[in-house]
Amino acid sequence: MIDPVIASRLQFALTTIVHIIFPVMSMGLAPFLVYFTWREVRGGPPVYEQLRRFWTKVFAVSFVVGTVTGIVLEFEFGTNFAAFSAVAGELFGGPLALEGMMAFMLEATFLGVFVFGRERVSDALYFISSVAVGLGTWLSAVWILVANSWMQTPRGYELVERGGREIVTLTDPAAAYLNPRFPYMFVHMQNAAVLSVALFMAGVAAYYVFRHHVWGYPVEGVSFWETTLKIALIALVITAPLQAVHGDLYARHVYETQPQKFAAMEAVWETDSYVPEYIVAFPTNLGDLTDPQAKELFGIGIPGGASWLASGGDPGATITGLNEYDDAPPVAIVFWSFRIMVALGFWFILLGFWGIYRWWRGELYEDDLLHKALMLSSLLGILAVELGWIVTEVGRQPWVIQDVLRTADGVSPGLTGGEATLTLAGFAVVYLGLLSLYTYVIARIIRAGPPKRAELRTSEAAPATPAEGTADD
Amino acid sequence: MTEFRPLLADTLAALPLPEIWFGLVFFILATFLLLDGFDFGVGALFATRADDGEREQLIASIGPFWDGNEVWLVVFGGALFAAFPRVYAALFSRHYLLMFAILGALILRGLAPELYEQRHDEAWQRWWGRAFVVGSVAAPFLLGLFTANWVLGATRTLTLPGVVVGLAVVALTVVDGVAFLRLKTRGDLRADLRRSGRRAVIAYVGLAVASLGVIYATTPAVRPELTSPLALALVALTVLFAVGYAVALERDRHYLAFAATGGLVYGLVALVAALSFPYVDRATGLTIQEGIVSPLSLQILSVGALVLLPLVFGYFVVLYSAFSGPVDPEESY
Repeated sequence: MIDPVIASRLQFALTTIVHIIFPVMSMGLAPFLVYFTWREVRGGPPVYEQLRRFWTKVFAVSFVVGTVTGIVLEFEFGTNFAAFSAVAGELFGGPLALEGMMAFMLEATFLGVFVFGRERVSDALYFISSVAVGLGTWLSAVWILVANSWMQTPRGYELVERGGREIVTLTDPAAAYLNPRFPYMFVHMQNAAVLSVALFMAGVAAYYVFRHHVWGYPVEGVSFWETTLKIALIALVITAPLQAVHGDLYARHVYETQPQKFAAMEAVWETDSYVPEYIVAFPTNLGDLTDPQAKELFGIGIPGGASWLASGGDPGATITGLNEYDDAPPVAIVFWSFRIMVALGFWFILLGFWGIYRWWRGELYEDDLLHKALMLSSLLGILAVELGWIVTEVGRQPWVIQDVLRTADGVSPGLTGGEATLTLAGFAVVYLGLLSLYTYVIARIIRAGPPKRAELRTSEAAPATPAEGTADD
Repeated sequence: MTEFRPLLADTLAALPLPEIWFGLVFFILATFLLLDGFDFGVGALFATRADDGEREQLIASIGPFWDGNEVWLVVFGGALFAAFPRVYAALFSRHYLLMFAILGALILRGLAPELYEQRHDEAWQRWWGRAFVVGSVAAPFLLGLFTANWVLGATRTLTLPGVVVGLAVVALTVVDGVAFLRLKTRGDLRADLRRSGRRAVIAYVGLAVASLGVIYATTPAVRPELTSPLALALVALTVLFAVGYAVALERDRHYLAFAATGGLVYGLVALVAALSFPYVDRATGLTIQEGIVSPLSLQILSVGALVLLPLVFGYFVVLYSAFSGPVDPEESY
């Protein structure tokens, strides 16, 4: 039997790591779908109806799986982290309740209209439904990140004795809900979702473009995929550089407000100034992987770089080392996750500019290396999101609420190792199945491709122009 | 604004907000039971239909609705967590395995019909059809078991009153599913459903009476509440609604039958709340006053609910009016 604390943490990690994929897909697709719907109802070219219908299928499947896996997370606060829920429920439960009423209701109801209602409601109401669904997914993120960011930088509360235990009591709602970390988290997460979906779209579209133009197997309706690729590249080249810009501001904020997490991100054990930034770090032995120590890593370090980044321009800034604290987070996980995430971020910027350059040169459909790079990168955006969240959540350990409550003290007191191990094993099996089924269904949707031009509702009303329609039908 | 905020705070302070939230939590639970209840009922009735076309109709009937309906459970969890955090913590961790069984049933019920539609080969549809039925029957049974354990203060998971209440809730969701499907289907299917509805409502009344008997016999702590005038009035109302449902079913008054279902569901949950009052968690002895969050949090939540819940009802009106009337099985995306 696994210790109930470890089992609960592993189970929460597993269920969140799987769940976050689906909100990333729905939040990232939302702005695209609003745009496609707008162009469609405004009588744009028929490809927008194809785009709207095709990506709505992906959205709907992601949303359904996101709903069922999301309820699990809400319940786990009560089942596995009862002590945390009792201590912090006043600040944590409120945002969850408001999320349900304000955001989840909006998206789930209008999703019905958006997915099934094209023939039943007016163009105006249909467009409003797309906005409502999109707004719902983003408002949902607002409240979830209000709750999470409060655990990183808790404000606006005091500890009051109640029922024999010190519990968090709200004193200043504005300070608590709009705590210092929230804006950084929200911007970084939402941009990451759009970026991840842009990469996914580009990867899928690149496959069909490659098949048609490079491989020479004609793809029916390839213009749909060409348009998808271009739209995805535009989104990529905008979101990828932004991600680096506010990622940098975010890291500085971590340095200022969670120095322990920052030290783990940089694997700094001894307090020091002029700390170098290891742009590239190579593990030279197994020990570096499991126990990285910045000073001993073989890599390319920019002298004073980490200090400079953390302080926003001062290479002599002091970084407090992990040795100053009683206990450190699992440094290896945080250090390597952070490095890989940042490397991926720079790769996405390169990919975006590479694609745009080829497009500008008129070689977008011929560069097979670009196509392969996009295909291989289609899921890397989601990987980067996962790694970012691992840095955020593992980096805060041993605290569940920074400097207020330790994770080990947040677990349900009556939970036995047997129960926790049983449900952990159950989730491992069920979620493996869930992921396989999701992948299977999405793959089927992609293989089936967009609806044929002849099946479109706009095909008679707005006949395709020769340049767009006849070549591929 | 400076005038407004103290005024609002004074008004809210004068209201019995803890009791209102106790009522609201159960109201949200009842709305979930009514709305997702017919999704469960449709899933249970799925087992009784063998024809492919009819099965497609059953799945299509709940397609646009079930996700929105299920969000009422998320809001129930959120409201209980926000208003009574210590109850949320104690209750969910006490019934640890039961909570995950509920989640498993909900996952199965949510995914099965979506997967059923993906492919049209026989083995695939047979298995996902079965999964749909199992999830749809297990979810209300386990939710009934959970609710009974909660208000009766049971510390064990498998209890006799819990099992009987669970069965009663399953019967109620079939009553609900029939009422919904009579609005959403045509022809033979609709005609056949009348018999299922008649049987289900008789089963529900029988199981509800059995539940009360079992609770009276096994749980002396709630005997005073069980024999209170309010509880007796609710029982009488339930019988009345059940008769109304049966009559509406015979006379093809579909909306009336659905309204009677609403009466049965809200009546049941009102009875449940009446049994619990003034405790919000009988097992730990927490009363409403002891379990409630601090006044400032509660006021913020109240303002939020006051603004948002009417909007939510508006969303549901838009959704249900966009898809009123019998389903067209061909319709999608």
